[in-house]
Amino acid sequence: MDISTLEPAGEHVWRIAPHGGMRVPGLLFATEALVRAMDDKVREQVCNVAKLPGIVGASMAMPDAHWGYGFPIGGVAAFDPDEGGVVSAGGVGFDISCGVRTLTTGLPVDAVTAVADALADALFRQVPAGLGSEGEVRLGPREMDAMLRGGARWALERGYGTEADLDRVEEGGRMSGADPAAVSDLAKTRQRDEMGTLGSGNHYLEVQMVETVHDARAARAFGLREGEVVVSIHCGSRGLGHQIGSEYLKRMAAEAGAHGITLPDRELACAPVRSALGAAYLGAMRSGINCALANRQIITHLTRIAFAEVVPSARLTTLYDVSHNTCKVERHRVAGRERELFVHRKGATRALGPGHPELPGPLRAVGQPVLVGGSMGTASWILAGTESGEARALSSACHGAGRAMSRTAAGKRWKGKAVVADLAHRGIVVRSPSMRGVAEEAPGAYKDVDAVVEASEVAGLARRVARLLPLVCIKG
Amino acid sequence: MHGADVGIRGRGRTQAEAFAAAATALTAVVTDPGSVRPAETVDVDCAAGDPELLLVEWLDALIYAMAVRRMLFSRFEVEIADGALHARAAGEPLDRARHQPAVEVKGATLTALRVAREGDGWVAQCVVDV
Repeated sequence: MDISTLEPAGEHVWRIAPHGGMRVPGLLFATEALVRAMDDKVREQVCNVAKLPGIVGASMAMPDAHWGYGFPIGGVAAFDPDEGGVVSAGGVGFDISCGVRTLTTGLPVDAVTAVADALADALFRQVPAGLGSEGEVRLGPREMDAMLRGGARWALERGYGTEADLDRVEEGGRMSGADPAAVSDLAKTRQRDEMGTLGSGNHYLEVQMVETVHDARAARAFGLREGEVVVSIHCGSRGLGHQIGSEYLKRMAAEAGAHGITLPDRELACAPVRSALGAAYLGAMRSGINCALANRQIITHLTRIAFAEVVPSARLTTLYDVSHNTCKVERHRVAGRERELFVHRKGATRALGPGHPELPGPLRAVGQPVLVGGSMGTASWILAGTESGEARALSSACHGAGRAMSRTAAGKRWKGKAVVADLAHRGIVVRSPSMRGVAEEAPGAYKDVDAVVEASEVAGLARRVARLLPLVCIKG
Repeated sequence: MHGADVGIRGRGRTQAEAFAAAATALTAVVTDPGSVRPAETVDVDCAAGDPELLLVEWLDALIYAMAVRRMLFSRFEVEIADGALHARAAGEPLDRARHQPAVEVKGATLTALRVAREGDGWVAQCVVDV
């Protein structure tokens, strides 16, 4: 991106002044180097989002922002229904409520490295991964609707996990306002065999080691100790979310004119929050959030079975579960007054600061855990939300490294078997059903996650708590 | 494109041929279309108010068939008349060992969406979310 088109607006903060129909400014949170590496399309998309009805504050991009469809990935935007605010399927993304759950194990790293291959095999056997994989849980129509209303709580009631898990999931494990009737039969059919599956692409299950602790107090509150093992699960709402996203994107594009919305580009398809279509999407999208929460809850259960087989002394405890593709109703103070806003985060993590009432007791003093995935073979991070993040970015932070290279380019550059062998040489065990998939997800195809989290910290969005290194990676 | 998603583009002498080529490009996101045997056929019908939304509907219908039938497709016979598309897609059940599927396609998007005459033929393109 051409940096001369941006105004410096603080340390690692860049402003795009409103122009050409923008209702609010654009704000980019990133180092100069990260901004220069961003595609010019990110700037164009930030500006386009700023033109949508009812947007308040600013159209924002997190340090890991890249070109998405409609909204940039790494985009954050809030809309006020009192000002004609909209909800957008492209502002949430097709993988509704894609997110990360991290579990602590209480194990020292040696306990895992000694059995890494056996553990990788057990996890690969237990957790279905990759295109065409099927879960053990089959849902008929009634159970499907119960799951879409109940989320992780539904999963718990069916025997997957413990009550303590739910305290550590956003929304207590169940998103209210879900309307399964707004989810099409096609979407439900697509989900029939996919509960408890990881999916493909950048989704993974990783066994990781806490390499370094940067904030001792927060690490203690999170239960993180250097040299201990954690597990991170990155996946979303599977076929159901994808189908909801694609169906409502088309409907929003087709009906925008009827709602009096002039779109700068059809890809920004949206509907007023207060319209039948807006309400239907919100009911369907919240069902999608529950599907993702239930899915990560089932995978947590499967992960526990795999650990019990190989390392029976492990105690897998949910540290936290965050979603990074959502639209949520939140109260924020914008332009001098507190109001209820529809906050879209697409490839961005909610990052509540210390003292926030939604945080469970043990976490409240230090802020919300922000789980930032790396890529296969590279570091991941756990951050904590800050007080300053509320005013700066509606309590939002980065979600991952972001790709530096397209899948096609990565597939041409690397061979899957060589990537697996190289990672094995570095002590990282990979299991995947697809070697082409591994090549396209090669570590070198991603940006430097360390630079992304450092920018988040300097910009005041979240602070670094611990850096994680991979030991075992199950790749879809 | 320089992002997490993938752009696909089909070209042909007619709009229907360009749509068929775009469908082959969709399969190529997942696997080598040459590795997919055209053993079974599936009928696909869809309609939309304009040619660009019709392309999105067509690709979404194939993505749905791939997901629910657990199949991959490699040959496409497409007919388009009055905003309605009828097609016959030929393929086979997914074989994870042989096809080595790289990634699952979640849906077609309206980004970089274009269906137009170009030179003496047609182009049909958009970004798909993976």
